Amino acid sequence: MGSSIPASVPTDAAALPAPTAWPRLQGRRVPWVTLAGVAFVLVLALMATAAPWLAPQDPVRQSLRGRLAPPTLEGADGRAHLLGTDHLGRDVLSRVIHGSRVSLVVGFSAVVVGGLLGSALGLLAGFGGGRLDAVIMTVADAQLAFPFVLLAIGIIAVLGPSFPTLIVVIGLSGWVSYTRILRSQVLSLRSREFVEAIRALGGSVMRVVLRHVLPNVLSSIVVVATLELARSIVLEATLSFLGLGIQPPTPSWGGMIQEGRDYLDSAWWIATCPGIVLMLTSIVVSRTGDGLRDLLDPTLRGSER
Amino acid sequence: MRGFLPFIGHRLFRALIALWLVSTVVFVVMRLSGDPVPLLLPPDAPTSEITRVRHDLGLDRPLPVQYGVFLGNIVRGDFGRSIHFRQPAFTVVRGYLVATLELGLTAFVLATLVALPVGLLSAMKRNSLLDHAAMGVALIGQSAPTFFLGILFIMLLALKADLFPTSGRGDWRNLVLPALTLGAFTMASIARLTRSAVLEVLGADYIRTARAKGVAEVWVVAKHTLKNAAIPIVTITGLQFGTLLGGAVVTETVFSWPGIGRLAVQSIYNRDYPVVQCTVFLAALMFIVINFAIDLIYGFLDPRVRAH
Repeated sequence: MGSSIPASVPTDAAALPAPTAWPRLQGRRVPWVTLAGVAFVLVLALMATAAPWLAPQDPVRQSLRGRLAPPTLEGADGRAHLLGTDHLGRDVLSRVIHGSRVSLVVGFSAVVVGGLLGSALGLLAGFGGGRLDAVIMTVADAQLAFPFVLLAIGIIAVLGPSFPTLIVVIGLSGWVSYTRILRSQVLSLRSREFVEAIRALGGSVMRVVLRHVLPNVLSSIVVVATLELARSIVLEATLSFLGLGIQPPTPSWGGMIQEGRDYLDSAWWIATCPGIVLMLTSIVVSRTGDGLRDLLDPTLRGSER
Repeated sequence: MRGFLPFIGHRLFRALIALWLVSTVVFVVMRLSGDPVPLLLPPDAPTSEITRVRHDLGLDRPLPVQYGVFLGNIVRGDFGRSIHFRQPAFTVVRGYLVATLELGLTAFVLATLVALPVGLLSAMKRNSLLDHAAMGVALIGQSAPTFFLGILFIMLLALKADLFPTSGRGDWRNLVLPALTLGAFTMASIARLTRSAVLEVLGADYIRTARAKGVAEVWVVAKHTLKNAAIPIVTITGLQFGTLLGGAVVTETVFSWPGIGRLAVQSIYNRDYPVVQCTVFLAALMFIVINFAIDLIYGFLDPRVRAH
């Protein structure tokens, strides 16, 4: 087989073009829903960055005279509270705006942690094969078998709740999907003739990974990362709701919902406002992930047509 | 049937490995989380008393020995004595298990009973108002955070409309809101998957053939479509059951439902290791057994699976 390849063939990918997914994005019309979703995330990121300037008031400033005030233009303290105040008289709108910081910082960082770990393990499993592959995939199965919220609670109870702990725990919960995708991609490429040719001509495994595997899976990784972002944000809020996330007085959406739980009857806005923003974020981000998937990688499509 | 026994053997082996990994992780995490003895005794307890309790609980032995004892006991179904309840951990967990099973099964049955017909109808009336409405609701159900969904239900259906109680366990009315909350994600996933599985089958050549030869539409759906759409639906349904067990932790906390999810959260706060270990182990065991069963069903439905 090697004899059919002339010695002068450059080892460059140009001679043996690997199919890339990105150009297809240009070929196809991006639906407006997906565009709107991307815009939504950008606006949210902007809101988180500019929170101190955007928020009308200090999110931790208490005012016992203006407690539990419904949405109003002029509260007991003479200020406007567009989304009312909570049980300590703090402005709910300001807290919702500041709360986006926790959600986005933890969400994005957790996606990076999970993505790096999962991709590395996927490459290892795919190229290593044999026992290494079996071990990694068995651990992946075991992880899926685990009621993960319980493990997260256990770990956080040990290490104490903090930004780094949350990021690592949530990141660790999401590595499996990346590993699966990279592994299957490596497996399907590994035995292809052009890879054998590269190896035979002295190209390193690293070269195969960088020039052929990664470009092929980049779009899948982007899609998984978007869906993981939605999951991470919800998981962070869930942990904060259980009292294991970012601790008060730092505002986080999950924590605010927990605080508002005792006032559902008398002051519905405390839990409802952050809850609706959280729900909207989760829905929009995962919808955008679905949209990107349909655009970039129709083969991943499983749950919808 | 050739190749089926090795297939079962392989799956069984993987299931056992997964169980072992789960129990090991539980052991490590729980032992890392600190000494429970100070929580058990009054703050002014003498050192001799602390030493005695540590010895009684086996906490003074080297970790590898504790681990060995732990694994050996698990195999015999012995999870140790609850530090908080002062009775065997398994007995404690068993007392709470019924409530979780009641909630989980209700949620699962409710989800399936609603989702299958909705998914089927959506596929058959594709792009109709019903299809769009159902899939819109399903999308929300799939991405809404479980705990906030629970809060919304409490606010709208329990407090405003006063249809159901806000929390606790009792008659069927106590069950409705927690089951809806817990089942929402499952319901949405199964509905969407059923729709796409049915759509895929409806486009197949043999359906056109069946129609062309004059088979009644009801029969086309009942005999040709449902049977062939079943494989992906069965798979996802099994996986969903595992998600349900995990979701029980949050749902039980929101609704103060006395099940093993809430027990586990409280036991972690109490540093009651044996109960946590027992809960997590049983939850993982249930999930693994269910998936093993799904694998078997899958192997029967689709002979191609066995080859891998």
